[in-house]
Amino acid sequence: MPGVLLIAVAVGDQPSPTTAELAGEAVRLSIDLGGPVTALLAGKNVQPLAASLGGLGVDKVLVADSQAPTPPSPAWLLSAAEQAARQSSPAAILLTHGGGGRDLGPSLAYRLDTGIVTDATALRVENGELIITKPVFGGSAIAEFSVTTTPSVVTLRPRAFEAPESPAAREASIEAISTTETEGAIEVLEEVREQATSGPRLKDAKVIVSGGRGLGGPENWHYIDELAQVLGAAVGATRAVTDAGWVAPTLQVGLTGATVAPDLYITVGISGAVQHIAGISGARNVVAINRDGDANIFKYARFGVVGDWKQIVPAFTQRLKELRG
Amino acid sequence: MNGYDANALEAALRLKEQLGGKVTVVSLGPDAARDTLKRAIAMGADAAIQVNDPALNEADSTTTARALAAAIKSIGHVDLVLSGRQASDTDGGQVHLGIAQHLGLPAVSPIQKIDEASADSVTAERIVEDGYQRLKIRLPALLGVSSEMNEPRYPPLKGIMAAGRAQIPVLTAADLGLREPSPKVQLRRLYVETREAKVELIQADSLEEAGKVLADKLREARLV
Repeated sequence: MPGVLLIAVAVGDQPSPTTAELAGEAVRLSIDLGGPVTALLAGKNVQPLAASLGGLGVDKVLVADSQAPTPPSPAWLLSAAEQAARQSSPAAILLTHGGGGRDLGPSLAYRLDTGIVTDATALRVENGELIITKPVFGGSAIAEFSVTTTPSVVTLRPRAFEAPESPAAREASIEAISTTETEGAIEVLEEVREQATSGPRLKDAKVIVSGGRGLGGPENWHYIDELAQVLGAAVGATRAVTDAGWVAPTLQVGLTGATVAPDLYITVGISGAVQHIAGISGARNVVAINRDGDANIFKYARFGVVGDWKQIVPAFTQRLKELRG
Repeated sequence: MNGYDANALEAALRLKEQLGGKVTVVSLGPDAARDTLKRAIAMGADAAIQVNDPALNEADSTTTARALAAAIKSIGHVDLVLSGRQASDTDGGQVHLGIAQHLGLPAVSPIQKIDEASADSVTAERIVEDGYQRLKIRLPALLGVSSEMNEPRYPPLKGIMAAGRAQIPVLTAADLGLREPSPKVQLRRLYVETREAKVELIQADSLEEAGKVLADKLREARLV
């Protein structure tokens, strides 16, 4: 039986935010590949969430509810994913490239002795075959891959794929699976969530305001925070800024930091080094404010202002405040 | 040496200093791998194994994982396998997970800190999307090490001398009983997306005015 399996891991008591993107893409692919869309919902006390997946167009939900007193371990998730894969024998398995999916995808592929492509930004079916697109060499080139074994395992870059446009009226069938792997090799002692300083999380943000070394020093960072606050945006930074300790390393966007895909990415004092660009190739609209009109960032920008940010940004922030009333 | 791998080796050396034992470093590749292994011995590793075979020069991550797993098996009993969380160039992050599957070990990655270690378990922090998990991992296991873990040491002079004398055995695909690799992923097309500058530069009488106009433009485009 062909079809598409998506792996939805619950974070706390919610399906992870990328689940809708996985489901949207799985439904689109299943039209060309044929077969049903199955979702594995894995986590602790996840049974109540199962019905909501039907609204995303999923035909069947396999529920793996962890009975352990501690949060699910990576080994348990792998075992649940393997079992779901063997049970549904799909043509393709989709996972998120965010969070734990980065490890789960490759481990699952090795267990199933099949191929995987990670961090995909587009998928399509050509002559019945799944073609997987991803940026390579730090985003300077695009590669297309196919997996020669079945199933194709693919991890999807968060926010590079669209969630279903309209909720489906479908009612998914729900089936529990029991995981066989003995617990104990890995035990989760605690989970520590680091609170985002304020506003939305970088990776899920629709709007991001990022600052670079051009800001001059940490004493000017409040201009970035204020602009972000007016827009309800997340705050990002270049590696130069996080390395200099102006802001927390978790704010770093780029090759060795977060990969983001907001609708709007506003940069202030960022020249656009390739390492930074690698992290924002999924941004739909880039705004550049920079003193140097030849800066690389302007090649990627839709709107730009050349000049001293100190004169531009306060007026820009003020005007946005008025517009958003 | 790949940056994350240097962090993994440093972690191994610190565990050895704390608990005793022996650190063996394994690498796949031609001459560059040999230089890396020499450096590892200079830093303090006890032994090194190079896997080198023309048949493996183009090895993908699946084949690399299989070859390295076979080399690790050749050592005999291993309590802990440490690896960089990913290659710093290709950012693949798959090989160590494959090694764990081939060895039948649980894999935990990326690790930012080892809190406690004993002969039969390790307590470590695994980075997750918005924080970390503290895990107790029963050994044997494989850990993928991240750069937050430590600052790799520089090889001391004594180590450099030892590396010069060290004999590093070379294993071939045949030695490891590796079959002809069959790639599971095929590159179909590689291209560069041409990017024309299509930026709309805001011009105004003053930069303050330009800032205002920029806000208006974003509103017009329904972006704010």
